[in-house]
Amino acid sequence: MKKKTRRLYIALVGLCALGAIAALVLAALEDDIVFFFSPTEVIEKGKIEPDRRIRIGGLVEAGSVEKAADGVTNIFVVTDMANTIPVHYKGLLPDLFREGQGVVAEGYFQNDVLVADEVLAKHDENYMPPEVADALKKSGKWEEGQPITEALKQGHVPDELKDK
Amino acid sequence: MAFNINAFANPKRFMWLSGLLLPWVIGITIITTAAGLYFALFDSPTDYQQGETVRIMYIHVPAASMSMIIYISMAVASAMGLIWKHPLSDLAAKCMSPIGAAFTFLALFTGSFWGKPMWGTWWVWDARLTSELLLLFLYMGHMALLNAFDDPARGTKSAGILCLVGVINIPIIKFSVDWWNTLHQPASLVKAGGPAIHPDMLIPLGLMFLCFTGYFTLVLFIRMRSEIISSKVRALRLRHVHG
Repeated sequence: MKKKTRRLYIALVGLCALGAIAALVLAALEDDIVFFFSPTEVIEKGKIEPDRRIRIGGLVEAGSVEKAADGVTNIFVVTDMANTIPVHYKGLLPDLFREGQGVVAEGYFQNDVLVADEVLAKHDENYMPPEVADALKKSGKWEEGQPITEALKQGHVPDELKDK
Repeated sequence: MAFNINAFANPKRFMWLSGLLLPWVIGITIITTAAGLYFALFDSPTDYQQGETVRIMYIHVPAASMSMIIYISMAVASAMGLIWKHPLSDLAAKCMSPIGAAFTFLALFTGSFWGKPMWGTWWVWDARLTSELLLLFLYMGHMALLNAFDDPARGTKSAGILCLVGVINIPIIKFSVDWWNTLHQPASLVKAGGPAIHPDMLIPLGLMFLCFTGYFTLVLFIRMRSEIISSKVRALRLRHVHG
């Protein structure tokens, strides 16, 4: 075998081995790599110790946001459409915090309520002008949190907005 | 063999070809930068949920893409250097890493300034952000290894191996948002089913992509050409001293 060919094989075999190692390690560490757990995953874990810091993520359930009697604690429910977890959070909510939008809350469990000390907003991957979003919502072709790819492709954008 | 890959690895031919292309690359870069920045900053719509902050996208997304594209190019060049010993591909890999590192830094920096108003945090250790930071360290390690040995050939070899090992990180960055829960949203641009970006925003974004690619090509050509010229000068001096 020529030297060049041998080097080529060494490189290819090395890269394949490395890829396999990386895949196995990442798969084994999955629980540590994920940034948050969904309500369903949290419930599957069983009881969470009160001294265990945990991050949960999902959508803010529509109609669940309210202020507690003390005037500073925000109360809302995080849902993954299968299960829900109530969250209490004392502090300023991010600008993007809205009902139906993604959210990540971090804190400790107290009697099945997550008492969060940090709340982050997680937005979707859609980018479009506000008029288009309104028009799409009105036409019923799209709602917040859904992918817009199909709606954009099928040209559900009203003509009067197209030249804007 | 009718097709000889060595024809492209000839420094003389590279000097001729890059010299011919350079004015065009400069022109394209200047035009797309001016047009891209104008549309991105002044003549594109705001976003339905992010408002004006969406304009950070026009820098952040191309910078992040370039950080990965340059790394892949560097890995291909390193592999060609290691396997076929083409001096020009070693040179290309060497000249690419500072440019790639700069784009990676730009992606992290703009991302941080975008994350604060939108997510509510400058930084989190989620899979996307962490793997992109690792990419910056890979670039810096590559530059450090190149200069870590008295014998430049050993530095080139070690840096090339590091670059090839690090290429594993590229699919991890790209698919981190699909494989794991992350704070970073899934892909908007390169994804199954086409982009989830309105055409009015997609066009300025495309212009900024051309601008970043042009800038990368331009700086790469200048760096490679000056390296080739300075090695020629060194050779001439040596000949002068010994001749």
